[in-house]
Parts: sequence; C-alpha cells; structure tokens
Amino acid sequence: MRGIAKSLMVTLSTFARKPVTRDYPNYHRELPERDRAFPLLLWDKEVDEPFCTGCHACERACPVECMTVLMKDNPNHKSTGGNSSRRKIIDKFWIDYARCMRCNVCVEVCNFDAIAMNNTWQGHELSVHDRKDLVMDLQQLLSLSHGGGIKEWVPVVGQANEQ
Amino acid sequence: MVASPQHEFETQDLLINVGPQHPSTHGVFRMVLTIDGEVVKDVVPYIGYLHRGAEKLCETMDFRQGSGFMDRTEYLAAHNAELSYVMAVEALAGLEVPERAQWIRMILCELNRLSSHFMFLGAFGIDVGVFGTPFIYAWREREAIIDLFEEISGDRMMYAYFRPGGLAWDVPLNFKERVREVLKSTRQGIKDFDELLTQNEIFRARTEGVGTISAEDAIDWGMSGPSIRASGVPLDVRREEPYLKYADVDWDVITGENGDVFDRYYCRLLEMRESVKIIEQCLERLESGIIVPDKMPRMLRAAPGEVYIRTEAPRGEYGIYMVSKGGNRPYRLKVRSACLSNLQALRQMSVDQYVADAILVLGSIDIVLSEVDR
Ligand code: SF4
Ligand code: SF4
Repeated sequence: MRGIAKSLMVTLSTFARKPVTRDYPNYHRELPERDRAFPLLLWDKEVDEPFCTGCHACERACPVECMTVLMKDNPNHKSTGGNSSRRKIIDKFWIDYARCMRCNVCVEVCNFDAIAMNNTWQGHELSVHDRKDLVMDLQQLLSLSHGGGIKEWVPVVGQANEQ
Repeated sequence: MVASPQHEFETQDLLINVGPQHPSTHGVFRMVLTIDGEVVKDVVPYIGYLHRGAEKLCETMDFRQGSGFMDRTEYLAAHNAELSYVMAVEALAGLEVPERAQWIRMILCELNRLSSHFMFLGAFGIDVGVFGTPFIYAWREREAIIDLFEEISGDRMMYAYFRPGGLAWDVPLNFKERVREVLKSTRQGIKDFDELLTQNEIFRARTEGVGTISAEDAIDWGMSGPSIRASGVPLDVRREEPYLKYADVDWDVITGENGDVFDRYYCRLLEMRESVKIIEQCLERLESGIIVPDKMPRMLRAAPGEVYIRTEAPRGEYGIYMVSKGGNRPYRLKVRSACLSNLQALRQMSVDQYVADAILVLGSIDIVLSEVDR
C-alpha cells in the first residue's frame, strides 16, 4: 500500500506546480529565431526586387524535388537603365509545401542568400482544404519578406563560439 | 450446465487481429494472435506498412540530403539516427570531427535518449492500463527537451542538424545554461516516474514475471539495447566500441536480472539517470572551438569502400552499412534497425501469456515502426 500512497502523492504534488500547457490558438508562444517552418524568398529592399536570380541551385539540391524555378532577364538591370546589378532575375517560382520536408538544404546551397526558412507562426499555420493550395507561387513566397514580417537569422558556422 | 466427464466441452482457438490501426501497436503494426480462452498460443507479426524505401532513396541522395532523410527512419531519436549516418560518411570520406562538435553531438544524443525514453514511459503506462497520468507527465518532460532541440536546430523532430564533418551551425550562446535548466526538470521527471510507477504495487504485480526472456535467447534473437540488458547481458555499444567521447566520461551500463517486462521498464528508467550523468560531464568539458573541419570540401566525396558503423540508439544498436564506389552518394545503404531485431523475440516472449500481457510485451520493447519498416 505504501507504493500506491506514494504514487498518489506524486499526482497530488503536481497540483501545486505551475501549469505548462498553453491555450494554443489564443496564445502563441514566441518562436526561437532558428525555427524552421517552410522556405520562403527574401526581398531586397534596397533595389526593391527579390534577391533570387533563378539560378536553379536550390531546385537541383532539393532532395524531394518540390521546387520549380524559371528565370528571366532582369528588366531593372543597369544596362537597360535600371538600378539593379542582377542580370537575371526570378520569373516564376513554385514550392510545393505539401512535399517539402523542411530540410534546410535549399537555404544552404543558395549563393545569393535569397531563400530562408520561415520562422514565424504563419509558416506553421497552413491548414488548407485542398492540397493544391499548398503549392506556393512567387508572390506568396515573397509576400512575408516584402512586408517585413520575417526576422532573419544568420547561422554561425566555423566560428569559435564563446561559452 | 455442468460439464460431465463424458461430455467435455471442446475448445476452439480464436484468431484475433490486433492492428494495423490500433493504438496499442505504437504505429502501423499488425499481429495476429491465436488465443485459447485468455491465453495467447501463437503470435504472427506483420510488418511493412510503413515501408518507404528509405535505404533505396538514400542511394539517390548526396550526403547532405541523406542526413536529413535519416531522421525519418527513426523519428523519436532522430539525432541518434543522423549520428550513425554521418559517422559512416566521415569514415568513408576521412573527415576529422572537431572536439567541440563531438561533445555537442554527444549531449544532443543523450538528450534525445532522454526524450525517447520519456516517450516510452508514457506509452508504456498506457499499455499497462494507467491511462493518461504517466503519458501526460512524460509529455511534459519531453516537451522541455524538444523545446531545447528547437532552439538549437530549428525543428522539433526532424532536426537535420548533424552534417558529415560536424554540425550544421553552432549552438546558441546560452546553450549550457539551457541544458542545465532542462536537466533540472528531467531529474524531477525521472524521480516522479520512479515514485509513480516503479514503487506502485499494482504496477509491479502487473509487470513482474511477464514476458520473460533469458539471456541466451535474447542473444540468439539478436536483441540489443535496454531490451537485452534487462536480461542481464551488459551489451552496450557505447561501452563495447566507444564512439564520440564515451570512453572519456564516467557512467555505468545498467543491466537487469529477470528479463521480464518490469526489468525492461526499469532498465530504461535507470539508464535515464546515467544519461543525465553523461550530459553533466559533457557540459563541464565542452569548450569553444570550431564545429566543422577547417578544410571542408565544397562537394563531399567518399572514397570507394564499405563501412559498418554502429551506435547505441535509445532502442538498441542502430547500424549503418554503407558501400561507396566513390562519388557524392552511397552506392548501397543498409540500416540495421534495433527494433526489427527486438521484434523477432516477440513471439517467444508472448506465447503462453494472457492477451493483455501480449500488449505489454510489445510495449516493453519500445518499437518505433518507422524504424522497423524504414
Ligand atoms: S527545405 Fe528541403 S525539401 Fe523543402 S524546398 Fe528546401 S530543399 Fe526542398
Ligand atoms: S533561391 Fe537562391 S539558389 Fe534558389 S534559384 Fe534563387 S538564387 Fe538560386
């Protein structure tokens, strides 16, 4: 009987502890800056165009082949009187979020820092009625960064980290 | 009506189908029980419902992509699964892993063992019939660990954090502090479970002497991990073939005596205390430094050859057999799954037990079906 009494003491003692549950849809906890939801494209505010040049590096590196990239000549390039130094720019871009496995590979291979993992709640709350709605096009991928809603995180690699 | 000696009732064996969609099978696993009254006479397990061809898929993926994919083969201990994979790649590519990366890997793997064992404690509680309480308590403790993983790697289950050569990126600045914080709640959690279940007379009566397997049989079936240690075989890859820094820290291999369901549970609980001990020592010795080798090639190429790397995952020996013919992807990859081998002994352990105990036996070997089927 002593063991059972002790078990009951444990359950009783948890009444005195602080609750750890959160009232989720009404309360969103703060996500860590490294949080990885789904990849999205970043907006270059200086030139007012996407960073992405449509170089296909991420498309080739994606393990599940969920990206489609099409590039075009940049109408805003210096040679045509614009203010951008990007000769090529992204024309169309699709990422199928239903297939993406959030592995971060596309972010790592991009040489232009044009793609990042969404670390906001918008990236997690994506329920839709039809899977087709999870195929994101260029405008959807850029909208969050364009509106300034993403806090960028730059990973520390190969650098001594003081403890 | 009373059966007289002349008119004996004939009994008939009954086949019952447990799973594949059954909460107590811990995933999509089906077993057909032949029962005589309440007693199990035969068990036929059917696996393969979760087969995704992970080994074959990895042959088409380069080493960076593959590490993210290994998470999916063992979702409750993804750090451990990644570790085997990246260690195999490192062995073939001849990469030297920096000290700091090794210590961090070790801390994360042990934390992952803790979170996986908490999951076991909770699920096992349900199998025994204590619905709710242990499960929710285990979830509470596991949540703290998973939150920490999220702060480090950015993901809660599929970390994709270990890379051939080291780590994807460095840990946050408050890493040590946060791990100590988590360990504090973990220690309390282990103590809670010890009092809640181990010393509870009802729990002991339910689990002691059930599903016994002898040391010889366990070895014959190729079991590993806590499931074989419960039978008294001190087999632990961390001790037999120390990888990472396990030779430099002080810890004990936990063994049981009877090899019954209770011992398998208790071994895991005690093992968690050892994990806490290991992590504490790792934190003492973790120093600043680099996390990937200085001369890291841009495109990783492995030398031709083959290698078998085994590590001690929470459920037992998780091995990667990798054949390379040069190039940036494995020619053949084979995963040695601990659960698959442990599952082989299921029949021997559950025959002549009650139906309810067969569920207990299945729960006590802590299967993860994604690892069994891959
Ligand atoms: S995160 Fe991985 S799976 Fe998703 S789009 Fe990027 S490379 Fe592809
Ligand atoms: S996101 Fe980066 S890697 Fe992908 S196409 Fe654009 S520039 Fe190239």
